[in-house]
Amino acid sequence: MKPQQHTQAKQKNGAARRQFFSFVKKELLHIWRDKRTLFILLGMPVVQIIIFGFALTNEVKNSKIAVLDQSKDAATASLIAELNASRYFDVEANLTSYKEIEAAFKKGKIKLAVLLPSQFAEDLKHVNKASVQLIADASDPNVANTLTNYATAVIMDYQDRITNKQRLPYSINVETRMLYNPQLKGAYNFVPGVMAMVLLLVCTMMTAITIVREKEMGTMEIMLVSPMRPQMVVIAKAVPYFLLSSINIASILLLSVFALEVPINGSLLLLVTESLLFTLVSLSLGLLISSAAASQQVAMFISLVALFLPTVMLSGFMFPIENMPFPLRMISNIVPAKWFYIIVRSVMIKGVGLAAVWKETLILTGMLLFFLTVAIKRFKIRLQ
Amino acid sequence: MASDKIITVDHLTKRFGVFTAVDAITFDVHKGEIFGFLGANGAGKTTAMRMLCGLSMPTSGKATVAGYDVYTQNEQIKKSIGYMSQKFSLYEDLTVKENMQLYGGIYGKSNAFIKEKTAFILEHLHLQDEANKLVGSLPLGWKQKLAFSVAIFHEPEIVFLDEPTGGVDPVTRREFWNMIYQAADNGITIFVTTHYMDEAEYCNRVSIMVDGKVEALDTPAMLKQQYQSATMDDVFLKLARKATRSGD
Amino acid sequence: MRTLKFLLQKEFRQIFRDPAILRIIFMMPVMQLIILPWAADYEIKNIKLAVTDKDHSGYSKKLVSKITSSGYFQLTSYESSYNASLEKVEDDEADLILEIPASFEKQLVKEDEATLFIAGNAINGVKGNLGSAYLRSIIQDFNREVRLEWIQLPKFSPQTQIEVRSSNWFNPLMNYKYFMVPGILVLLLTMVGANLTAINIVKEKEIGTIEQINVTPVKKVHFIIAKLVPFWILGLIVLTLGLLISRLFYGILPAGGFLTIYVFAAVYLLAVLGLGLLISTYAATQQQAMLISFFLMMIFVLLGGLYTSIDSMPVWAQWITRFNPVSYFIDVMRMVVLKGSGLADIKQQFGTMALFAVVLNSWAVLNYRKRS
Repeated sequence: MKPQQHTQAKQKNGAARRQFFSFVKKELLHIWRDKRTLFILLGMPVVQIIIFGFALTNEVKNSKIAVLDQSKDAATASLIAELNASRYFDVEANLTSYKEIEAAFKKGKIKLAVLLPSQFAEDLKHVNKASVQLIADASDPNVANTLTNYATAVIMDYQDRITNKQRLPYSINVETRMLYNPQLKGAYNFVPGVMAMVLLLVCTMMTAITIVREKEMGTMEIMLVSPMRPQMVVIAKAVPYFLLSSINIASILLLSVFALEVPINGSLLLLVTESLLFTLVSLSLGLLISSAAASQQVAMFISLVALFLPTVMLSGFMFPIENMPFPLRMISNIVPAKWFYIIVRSVMIKGVGLAAVWKETLILTGMLLFFLTVAIKRFKIRLQ
Repeated sequence: MASDKIITVDHLTKRFGVFTAVDAITFDVHKGEIFGFLGANGAGKTTAMRMLCGLSMPTSGKATVAGYDVYTQNEQIKKSIGYMSQKFSLYEDLTVKENMQLYGGIYGKSNAFIKEKTAFILEHLHLQDEANKLVGSLPLGWKQKLAFSVAIFHEPEIVFLDEPTGGVDPVTRREFWNMIYQAADNGITIFVTTHYMDEAEYCNRVSIMVDGKVEALDTPAMLKQQYQSATMDDVFLKLARKATRSGD
Repeated sequence: MRTLKFLLQKEFRQIFRDPAILRIIFMMPVMQLIILPWAADYEIKNIKLAVTDKDHSGYSKKLVSKITSSGYFQLTSYESSYNASLEKVEDDEADLILEIPASFEKQLVKEDEATLFIAGNAINGVKGNLGSAYLRSIIQDFNREVRLEWIQLPKFSPQTQIEVRSSNWFNPLMNYKYFMVPGILVLLLTMVGANLTAINIVKEKEIGTIEQINVTPVKKVHFIIAKLVPFWILGLIVLTLGLLISRLFYGILPAGGFLTIYVFAAVYLLAVLGLGLLISTYAATQQQAMLISFFLMMIFVLLGGLYTSIDSMPVWAQWITRFNPVSYFIDVMRMVVLKGSGLADIKQQFGTMALFAVVLNSWAVLNYRKRS
C-alpha cells in the first residue's frame, strides 16, 4: 500500500469512527432524557436481587401442619410440642376427627397432618411399640416428600430420647460437612441464577425493542440513509445498553456481597469479564430478535414471554438439569443462561479459575458470534 | 351579536412549570367563518388549540366553545367539535370504511346515517375502490383527506385542524382547501392552524401568535394593509422577527 | 352502550388483523406447556458421587458397591486422594464426596467404631442436604449388615419403637406434572394477558390515535371496557387450550371440575388485564410499559409459590405474595385440580381476586386521562 492510500484509509477510518461515536452519543442521550426508563433499568436489578436473594429458598420451613391427637396424653403432648418447636413446622390446627383432615387440606393451608392414635403413651410403655401416621398433601410432591422426611426425623429423635439409647457394637459414625455454603443459604444458589436471568432478559428486551421501535416510527430509515454502514447503526444502538448493563453488573455484585453476604471466592476480574461476555450474548440475541420482529409488541413477546419461563426452568438453577429427560437436557444446552449460571456459580462461589470454566466460556463466545452474524446478515438482506 | 360567537377566548393561559406556552390570549371566532390560527413553530398554537378541544387543561383565563365552558363542560364540547391533528391519527390497521364506522358510532350516529354518509364521502373522494383497504396502505395525501372527512363525519359545529396539510403536495393541498370551503359552506366553523402563508389568504380572518401571545388579528387584506406588505408572508415575517423564543 | 359496541368491534378487528401476534399468543403457551413441565423434577436422583477411598479394604469396596446399586447415586470418580475428589466437585462432576479413611475396616472390627466423612456441594443447599441424608441412610443399612455378620440375630433386646407410616394424599403417585402443569399454565396465562394489555393503550399513545379518541365524547369507562373484553376472551381461549393440553399430554382432569377453574379464571383475568391496563395508563412509551410489566412479572412468577414454597419465605416476602395474583391462582389450581376443592373452598381466594379486579380496573379508568 502506498503511503498516500494509507493516509486516505486512515482518514476514512477516522471518519467512520467519529460517525459511530456520534450515533452512540445520540443513543445515550435518548436514554438519558427518558429518566423514567433509566430509573427502572437501573433500579430493577437492585430490587430484584434483594427480593429474590432473601425470599427464594429451596428449603421447606415453617410449614403449617394439623394434628389429630386421639390420645391426648403426656407422650403425645410432648411429641406435638417437639414438632412445633422445629423450624420446619407450625402446628396450625388441632383436629378432632379423621373427617376433618380432608377439609383442612382442601382449604389449602395445611401441608401435613399428623395422626396420633389413642393410647399412644400406653402402647409405648407396655408394648414398646406405637405408631404415628403422617398424611402429606402431595399436590406439591416436593414439599410432601420433604415434610414427611423432616417429620420422621423429629419423631425418631423423640424416640431416641425416650429410650436411653444403648450403644451398639460395630458402629459406623458419619460426619457430614457442607462445602461452599455451610449455612445452606438459598442466596448462594439463586443469586447466580437471578443474575443470569436479569441480565439476559433486560439486555435482550431493551435492544430488541429500541431497534424495532425505530423501525415502527420510521426513524430507522433516516439513520440508514446516513453514510454509516447499516450494521454499525444497529450495533451503535446496543452500545448504551452494554454500558448500562455494566452498571447493573456492578450493583448486583455489590449487593450480593454486602447485602446478601454471598462471597466472591474467585477472581473478581474473571467474574466481571464473564458477565460482560454474557451481556454481549444477550445484546446480540436482542439484535437477532429485532431483525425478525415487525412490531414492538412482537419483539416483546419473543424476548420476554417466550424467553422468560424457559430461562427460569431450563438454566439449572431452579431444577437440576441432570434430572431432566434427554430431549430437555439437549434443549437446555441452547439456553445461554445455563452456561452463565454454571460460570457464576463456579467462579463466584466455588472460587475456581478460568481453567474450570473455559468450556462454558467458549460456548458463550460461540453463541455471541452466531447471534451477531445471523443478525447482521438478516439486517443486510432486509435493507437491500 | 353574542350568539354569533361560537368560540370565545379571554386571557386564556397555559403554563408548563415556569414556561408560559400560551400567554393570556383573547379572541373570538364567529360562526361559519374560516379562522386561521398562525404562528411560528413553538409559538403556542397547538397548545391553545388543545385547550379549546378539551385535551389540555388551561392554567387560567376563560374560554367557551359552542357555548360550553372549557373547564367544566369539556365532554359536551367534544360532542360539538371535530378534530384533526398534525399527527395522522386514523387507525392504520382498520379499513377506510371501518374507521368511518368507528367514529360515526362513537358520536352516536345511527347505522343508517353511517351507511349513507360513508357512501357519500367515498364517492366524493373517489375512494370507492379503496373502501375495504387498510388505511395504512393509502398514500399520505389520501389519508389526510380521509382524516378530514372523518373529523367532520358526525357534522360538528366546529372543526379544529392542526396543520392539516403538513407534508402533502401542492395539488393535494389545493384539493384539501376545496374540501374546507365546502365544509364551511355547509355551516361548519373552521379553526385551522398552518404555517403555509398562502393558505392564510384562504381564511376569512387570521390571527398570528408570537411567543404565546396573539400579536395580530384581522382579515388577510386588513393585515396586509396594516403592515404595509404585499403578501401574508411579509406580514408574518415582520411579526415573527420580534420573536425571542426559538422554534424547533 | 352503542358506543361500546363500536369500540369493541374496533378492538376485535385490530387483534385479528395482526396474525403475527395472534400466532404467538396461542402457539407460545401451547409449546411451552408441552415442553417445560418435563423439566420440573425436584426428586433427587442421579446424585453424582465422588469416592475417596484411602482404605481399599473389602468393606470399603462393599460399601461403595452397595451405594452404587441403590439407584440414587452415580459414581463419577473413585480416587485415593480427597483433593482429586474435590476437583470433581469443582468441575461439577460430583455433588457429594464420600471419604473412607485409611484403616476404616480395621477400626470398625477392632475398635467397634469407625468414622466416614461426607462432604456435599451445598450451593444448592437442598440437594446437598438431601443427598447426604440418602447417603447416610445407605451407610446405616450397611452398618446393620456388618453387625449381622458379627452378631447372632436374636441377640437384640426389644427396643422401644415408634413406627411411622406415611401416606400421600391427592397425588399418591407423587406425579410432579400434576403440580407443575396447572401452575405453568397460570404463569403463561398471566404473562400473555398482562403484557397484551400493558402495551395496548400506550401503543395508541405512541402512534397518536388516542388523541383522536380523546377529542370524542367517548366515556373513559367504555374505552377501558372495550380494551378489556377482547383480551379477556383471548385469555379464556388460551386457558381452554392449556386445559386441553393438560388433558391430552398429561392426563390431568381437574378433580374439582372445570366450572370452578373457569369461574375463578374469569375474575382472575379481569384482575390481571386490569393491571396491564393500569401500567399502560402510566407509561409514556411501550418500552416503559414493557419494562414495568417485566419487573412485575418476574416478581409474580418467582414469588408465586410454584417454584419455591411461600411458607419458607421471610415474613416481608410473604406479604408481597399477598398482593401477587399469581400466588392465588396457583393455590386455587392446586386445590381444584388435585384436591377436588369446589367453589365453596376457594371463596376466600375468589373474594380477594374480585377485589383486585375492581380496584385495578377502577384505578386504570381513573388514571386514564382524556385531558392533560
